Amino acid sequence: MSEDTITILIDGKAIQAEPGQTIMQAADAAGLYIPRLCGHKDLPPGGHCRVCTVKVNGRPASACTFPAVEGQVIESDTDEINTLRRTVIEMLFVEGNHTCPACEASGNCELQALGYRLGLVATELPYLNVPREMDASHKDVYIDRGRCVLCGRCVRASKLVDGKTVFGFAGRGIGKRVAVDAEHALSETAMSATDKAASICPTGCLVVKGKGWATPVGKRDYDTMPIGSDIEQQAAG
Amino acid sequence: MAKPLLATAAFTGCFGCHMSLLDIDDRILKLVELVEFDKSPINDIKTFSRPVDVGLLEGGISNDENVEQLRLFRENCKILISVGQCAITGGVPAMRNTVPLKECFEEAYLRGPSVVDGVLPNDPDIPILLDKVYPCHEVVKIDYFLPGCPPSADTLWAALTALLTGKDMGLPYELIKYD
Repeated sequence: MSEDTITILIDGKAIQAEPGQTIMQAADAAGLYIPRLCGHKDLPPGGHCRVCTVKVNGRPASACTFPAVEGQVIESDTDEINTLRRTVIEMLFVEGNHTCPACEASGNCELQALGYRLGLVATELPYLNVPREMDASHKDVYIDRGRCVLCGRCVRASKLVDGKTVFGFAGRGIGKRVAVDAEHALSETAMSATDKAASICPTGCLVVKGKGWATPVGKRDYDTMPIGSDIEQQAAG
Repeated sequence: MAKPLLATAAFTGCFGCHMSLLDIDDRILKLVELVEFDKSPINDIKTFSRPVDVGLLEGGISNDENVEQLRLFRENCKILISVGQCAITGGVPAMRNTVPLKECFEEAYLRGPSVVDGVLPNDPDIPILLDKVYPCHEVVKIDYFLPGCPPSADTLWAALTALLTGKDMGLPYELIKYD
């Protein structure tokens, strides 16, 4: 172990971290899963969704952006924080139009999987029922903004991985939405179904056409194992 | 001791949750040993004859008859359980909630591509639609929720037997789903 190794305490467990790592990176390496929605392993952290909120020395911070520093005392898997996370997920459900039974992402959806993992049995907050624009103009990819959680994965992936900047955000607050870099619609952009951005949406908002319901119920990503199991098992095995 | 009484209701849904209840296969014989059915579409009993212990609710609330029936269930059942996504969120019928009711009617009865000589339904026997499809818990107090579309037979069986025998539900991961 090098002299530079940092020791942090997550839920009472001592974890080794490298300098420059975020709390989430250190936790992942140690097999401690911190729930996240806007984060993706192939993208730099966004810090948008706040699902990965932990308490660092008693103060809330997003684990995906907060650097690991020697001696930090971190709370993550506690009733208090998981309740906050569950409420964030519930708010995302009721602000959007997430009809799981009619969505082809169901079973592979990270929003849904976080609901399962965090024990969200029913959405008791009132639904907003706001109509949101759909864009099916592109021959291979569609956007259903009713299912958007504003995670910004497509924005980051298109810009940083695909080098295209097809997506961006427009509007503010409850009116914020994913916009495309075109006068009218997605079909006018450089978007391709093979782009990273096309396959990185955590929900069923940005979907490659003609692939829906390919996996039978029972064999989808989160049918039998909770989200985060891969991280927990990787370290255990 | 008399057996607990069970009532079920089908509001605005597809009857799939009731079908899932029937899908418990031969366990239905055990269920009949555990409970007695009161008002339910399964036995076609239309009215409550006495106070009921558990009411299972399928479907969201989309019209005045749903509201009336749901309130009747709340008055007559000690425990109410919202069963399935329609009861819990409004479900697929609630996909109309982002469209004004007038536009829904016009699309269905006047402007739709398959409509010939369209006319808006206006018979006093037809329940009046609400502006939106509401989850049951936005109309009355609900005690428990069983998600799923439908909740699987195993989910329904595990939850019902736990409730009827006073055990902790503690449903395993695979049994809680939104689809």
